[in-house]
Parts: sequence; C-alpha cells; structure tokens
Amino acid sequence: MECLIGIRGKDFVLMAGDSVAGRSVVAMKKDHDKMYQLSNRLLMAACGEGGDTVQFAEYIAKNIQLYRMRNGYDLSTKAAASFTRRNLADYLRSSTPYFVNLLIGGYDDSDGADLYYMDYLGSMVKLPFGVHGYGSFFVLSVMDRYYKEDMTRDEALVLLQRCIDEIHERFIINLNSFKVKIVDKEGIHVMKDLRPTTKQPEETPGTQSMDIV
Amino acid sequence: MALEEIAGLKFSNGSDLFKGDRLLADDCLQASFNLQIPRFCDPVQFLKQYSEDGDSNVKIQFDHGTTTLAFKFQQGVIIAVDSRATAGQWIASQTVKKVIEINRFLLGTMAGGAADCSFWERLLAKQCRLYELRNKERISVAAASKLLANMVYGYKGMGLSMGTMICGWDKRGPGLYYVDSDGTRLANYTFSVGSGSTYAYGVLDSGYRWDLSVDEAVALGRRAIYHATHRDAYSGGVVNIYHMKETGWVKVSQDDVFDLHYKYLRKE
Repeated sequence: MECLIGIRGKDFVLMAGDSVAGRSVVAMKKDHDKMYQLSNRLLMAACGEGGDTVQFAEYIAKNIQLYRMRNGYDLSTKAAASFTRRNLADYLRSSTPYFVNLLIGGYDDSDGADLYYMDYLGSMVKLPFGVHGYGSFFVLSVMDRYYKEDMTRDEALVLLQRCIDEIHERFIINLNSFKVKIVDKEGIHVMKDLRPTTKQPEETPGTQSMDIV
Repeated sequence: MALEEIAGLKFSNGSDLFKGDRLLADDCLQASFNLQIPRFCDPVQFLKQYSEDGDSNVKIQFDHGTTTLAFKFQQGVIIAVDSRATAGQWIASQTVKKVIEINRFLLGTMAGGAADCSFWERLLAKQCRLYELRNKERISVAAASKLLANMVYGYKGMGLSMGTMICGWDKRGPGLYYVDSDGTRLANYTFSVGSGSTYAYGVLDSGYRWDLSVDEAVALGRRAIYHATHRDAYSGGVVNIYHMKETGWVKVSQDDVFDLHYKYLRKE
C-alpha cells in the first residue's frame, strides 16, 4: 500500500514517498517520512515490512558514516548502492531476511546525479525514474509519456504532481500526502509536502441529477 | 563489567568461581538482555504447530482482545485502557492491569500477548534504570521506545505478539510512541491499539483537540474506551485512566463499563 517515486534530473534526484504508516486497516500515522539520509548527498527511500525498513535503513546509514569516519571521504552513490544490495542479497537466504524495497538517490562529483532501484530479492538497476508499490501500476506509464532527460527541478516537480494526481484518481487506497526531497550538489533539501490537486466537482456529461420523490 | 571494576573484584575468566565450567560462567556473568534459547531449538518451527493454523490439537490462544489508547495534549498524555483478557472466545479475566508502570515517568500499555508485554516492558524498566545509573539522567521517551523496539526486533518471526504504547514526559515535553513486535516504532499525537482500536479511534478523532482541559481529556479517553467495549466483544471490564504529567504519572480513575453505559444513557 506504500508508494515510493524517484526521478533523476539534470544534476539532482527528486524523491518522494507517501506519508501514511499503516497497520492492517488502520492509518496509524499520516505524516511519516520514509526517506533516510545515508550521508550528505545520499538519500534512501525504503518501504516494506514494518520493523525491517527502519532497522535496515539505519544499519546501512551507520555503515556509510563509518566508512566516512575511517577514510575521510564519502562513498560514491554507485558504491553505496552496491554495498546496500550486497547486504540485502547476503541476508536473503539467512534466517533473518530484510523485506524492504529501496530507491537510492545520490549526487557525486564524478558521476553527477544517479538513481538506483532495488527490491527485496537483492536485484538492482540504475534508472532515470523508478517507482515502488501498487502506485507503480498507475505511474510508470505517466513517467514514460512525460519524462525527458535533463529536466529542471520545476519540470520534475510538475511530473511528480501529475503522478500523485493519477494515484489519487485511480488507486483505491487514499494516499493524499507525499513527503518530497531533492538531492543535489549542495546536499539534501526538504521540499513542501505534495498533495493531489483539488479539482472542482463537475457534472460529467451524460449524467443527470434525479430528484427522488 | 562496570560494577565489577568499581567494586574491585577480579574475575579472571571466571574459572576461579566456577571451577572450570566455562559455559555456565559465561551465561551467569553476561548481562541477560535476551532470552536464553536452547541451542538445538528452532522456536519458529516449534511454535508453528501450536499456532491457530497449526497441526496440533492443542493450540496456544493468545490474549489478543483489547482496546488501549493514548493521546498527547497540552497538559500531558492521557492513557486509557480496558481490562478484559480473552483466550479465544473465553473471557479469562475482567480485571487485567493493561498499563505497565515502567518508572515514575514512563508508562507502557499492553495489547497482544499479555506475557510478552509484561515481560519485555519489565526488561525495559531494567534497561531504563541502568541508563539512569550510567548517565545520571532520566532516559528520554524516544530512547526508551527505541530500546524496546530493538529488543523485540531480535525475536522477529519467533511468535512474539506485542502492541504497546510507550508514554512519558522528558526534556522535550510529553512523549508518545507506538512499538510493536514487528519492530515498528512510530511517534504521533494519538494512538489506539487492539481489536477495539478502530471503534476507539472513531470517538477519539472526533473529539480530540490539542487544547483540551485535563477533565475534558479524561472524559474523552473514558468515552472512547467505553464505545469500543460496547461494540467489540473482546474488550470490556473496567476503564483505567492514567494521566502523565510533568511531575510523573497519576492514576486518575477506574470505572466499570456497565456503570458507564447507564450513566451515559441517563445524560442523554
């Protein structure tokens, strides 16, 4: 029921995740942030099993920080993503697999902005845009249609808003708020939460209101 | 260990004390922050046969039915719980204490397996006390709930059943966290846990405001639990209300839902 979206632009990665934390049919928290800061210019969005997401994200984040402390410089996005994937894959056939789906977005000086898509089975691929969850069924085609290489921040936000509107339009679960962050050369920037654009209710042609007497 | 050094004792590998039985020495001297599981046993497989959809004729039925709720407001945290314990369709008790007093500034609620909640929260109390002794400062609610979440995460998949709310007052003001046996830990202003939680949420959400007075907040908590016990067969007994203030928690009241039913009826 969770949805994570990542869009790579010219020199930034835009990441968004829905902000509902639910248990069975109850929405326990409506302003939950599913994105975890791994380092100054590395952001990870995680969804999946309750405890696993936080525990795995914090484990990876701490190890990335340790690398920084030991070596004096940050891991590149590619290396951090590979490290994460290796951990997922190693734990997969252990007694404690991590059931988490991830999007890792980062910026480094050598490769620019990169987005990596990873699933709980340990498969990883570098993508221009990626979506996790049921939302992907609705949003991937919107991305295919409107995504362009080297988008500006404003264009990417417009595309993201289109995606959120489509999810609101067709997905049966109400995801009416998304936390949004941008990773670029300067670091991680927290943007305003995005909500579906409210439309004025209108009569669709062919329907008539009937007075029941 | 810290205490050992301060007291000036010297355990050279424990072999003096236990005369060669190293394994026993290790078990005794290690601080037991976890359950000792026999090395040959796989708890997950073993317990599966006794669960609801297992093969055995004898099934372990956890006491799941409950309604507990807690909410933060400007005067602190209100905790309201019912007191019924059910084992399947049998009402095992109407007088269960579902609020666990961890210390003067921390309360935990019980939902799910009663033994799991009381055991782990008691262990949490020990950890909180150790923190106080080591750091000369009371533990924050965030840290206490994180300790509990990490403890139970280690037993994920082994059949623990616990859905608790850790409530307290620390340097940052009133604190409320939801922790469960999946390892989930969430912070929010209102929570309700248990089979009757959806009913409680209905009343709680409609009447909740940050600037409630203490009396209004207590009345809201009581009403929410009452309505949950009315609709949910697995909740009932009495409503216990606690109020977490800056100076610690106080037990506010205990009311039988049967009496509340007629009292509310008369008022309308």
